[in-house]
Amino acid sequence: MANAKHAQDSGPYLQVKDLRVSFATEDGVVRAVDGVTFSVERGKTLGIVGESGSGKSVTSMAIMGLHNRKRTTMSGELLVDGQDIIQLPEERIRKLRGHAMSMIFQDPLTALHPYYTIGRQIIEAYQIHHPEANKAKSRTRAIEMLDRVGIPQPNRRVDQYSHEFSGGMRQRAMIAMALVNNPDLIIADEPTTALDVTVQAQILDLIEDLQKEFNSAVIIITHDLGVVSQTADEVLVMYAGRVAEFGTAEQVLKAPQHPYAWGLLSSVPSLTGDAEEDLVPIKGNPPSLINVPSGCAFHPRCRYAMLEGGPCDIEVPQLLPLQAPGESYHLVACHLSERHRKEVYEQDVASVGVAQ
Amino acid sequence: MLRFFIRRVLLAVLTLFAVSVTTFLLFFAAPTSPAATMCGSKVCSNDQIVRITKNLGLDRPLPVQYAEYMKGIFVGRDVGLGTDTIHCPAPCLGVSFRNNLPVLSILSHGFPITISIVLGGAVIWLSLGLFLGTTAALRRGNSVDRFAVGFSLVGASMQIYVLGLILISVFVYGLGWLPRPGYTSLFDNPLLWIEGMLLPWITLGFINSAAYTRLSRAQMLETLSEDFVRTARSKGASRRTVNYRHALRAAITPIVTIFGIDLGANLGGVVITETTFNMQGVGRIAVNAIGNLNLPVVMATVLIAATFIVVANVVVDMLYAVIDPRVRLS
Repeated sequence: MANAKHAQDSGPYLQVKDLRVSFATEDGVVRAVDGVTFSVERGKTLGIVGESGSGKSVTSMAIMGLHNRKRTTMSGELLVDGQDIIQLPEERIRKLRGHAMSMIFQDPLTALHPYYTIGRQIIEAYQIHHPEANKAKSRTRAIEMLDRVGIPQPNRRVDQYSHEFSGGMRQRAMIAMALVNNPDLIIADEPTTALDVTVQAQILDLIEDLQKEFNSAVIIITHDLGVVSQTADEVLVMYAGRVAEFGTAEQVLKAPQHPYAWGLLSSVPSLTGDAEEDLVPIKGNPPSLINVPSGCAFHPRCRYAMLEGGPCDIEVPQLLPLQAPGESYHLVACHLSERHRKEVYEQDVASVGVAQ
Repeated sequence: MLRFFIRRVLLAVLTLFAVSVTTFLLFFAAPTSPAATMCGSKVCSNDQIVRITKNLGLDRPLPVQYAEYMKGIFVGRDVGLGTDTIHCPAPCLGVSFRNNLPVLSILSHGFPITISIVLGGAVIWLSLGLFLGTTAALRRGNSVDRFAVGFSLVGASMQIYVLGLILISVFVYGLGWLPRPGYTSLFDNPLLWIEGMLLPWITLGFINSAAYTRLSRAQMLETLSEDFVRTARSKGASRRTVNYRHALRAAITPIVTIFGIDLGANLGGVVITETTFNMQGVGRIAVNAIGNLNLPVVMATVLIAATFIVVANVVVDMLYAVIDPRVRLS
């Protein structure tokens, strides 16, 4: 089993290369993910940021192999520990799911089964991948996990139902279930969105602790830049199924390059800023993924778009590294020149919201 | 939990009380005087009517009569005065106007028939409906699904007497595979019981399974899109486990509710099925009683049918608490 899990030890644990995911619907083809490339190493955390409909959840579902293959067209490569999820037969992916890679969902109330005890659900997750484990052993393991994620009185809690747990405890139980098989890749899809702000930090800390303990690769999907700044080593900003910007957390949060990233930052209030200062929301709505705007998908909402004969509404910008020295790891897909972006950022953006 | 049940049972008793009062009043709202009906012949003198009215105690105040009726149910009573007195042992639901027999002894011939028809039919409609509906939801859009949708449409528009007569003409008269439908007691001869009941079962089962197919398909489709089903898949559970242990388990709750109530309602009499197959079940007894204004029988069947539904409701509520742990707390 250890061999199956660690087929290849070199290189990033997860490599996504030019991933494209589309669904055929009655209204047309939805291009949910349109050429996304990134990788995550063991022990590192990647934050994927974007509005609803930017393709972040679809990407994570694709990594887990959870899309219905009959209704989904996927291309590119999705290498989990060297094995391509797109090519693997369903039965092989099933063996990886919950074992090599695991997912923590947004709303633990709906993500946990209402009719089974928490313990039974964790035991099930364990036994699927440890068929040799007997009931007593699996139960011990479930209690151990509940204890590990900080649930008090795990001996008693293991026999309770999810509706008897508070929101934060429920998410802890969900994490216990996701991590019961020590996965190497953890995908947390908006893990704190459904929780009280006071509980959010605890849950993020817990994920970070467990990551250190198991040296897992972690992807945190969120629209909350606070979560990103707290947890991520690297950040991927997605818009309309494409990558808008990529860099280390420091690069993206301190010196964002894409007007969309500016928008995200200026729409979040800052603790240290002037309370009277207005936030600047991004105007308009995320585009329909059936009819993605031509050129740069963000151009209809971009304040700086070059439209009159300009390239923004005609040509899709490539994701390119910055020219500035030491910034070659920082990638952005924008037609504006680097100097122009720097000026605009300093003038318009740096003073608003958390961008300060 | 216990308090929930006690409250539920008390409520059921209250409901039954209301039903009994209503049916009792119905008795007097009928477009005929019970005494005249009892007298029967067209040349019934006023004297006779007055005598019968007195004899039956119909001249007494309503609450007194109601109390007498209720007393009969629990301890039995004597109906009539003097030499015409008929003893009606508990539980007494009145005495037939037609043949002076206690109503219950008349109905006791009908119930085994109705119960036989309904239980056999229920097995068919529940299993067929659940199977087809679930399978259709799991293979949404393909031929099984289209068949199930078509099937439920046909079933919903088909009439019992049409299907029943077709089945009789094919299997009894055409192919000669089955004897003419008829009731034999299960305890006398199980094989004959099955042979005689098979066609009513299939007919009632098929017609009712249409609704169950549609319901289970819709429930299952809804559940399959639930987050907890996705969670089960993300754990690496096999398709079978995901579909049945996780999705079906949650989808089945409302089906149980409807099934319990349907069962209760059907046990009160399945007139059309009984008539189609010429069986003297409770439904037919009731319809005949209405036809010849035999009010005690009508009252008794209404009361019993209502009791079935109320009891079915209580049972369903209790089952609910077993199925859904969230109910146990509240």
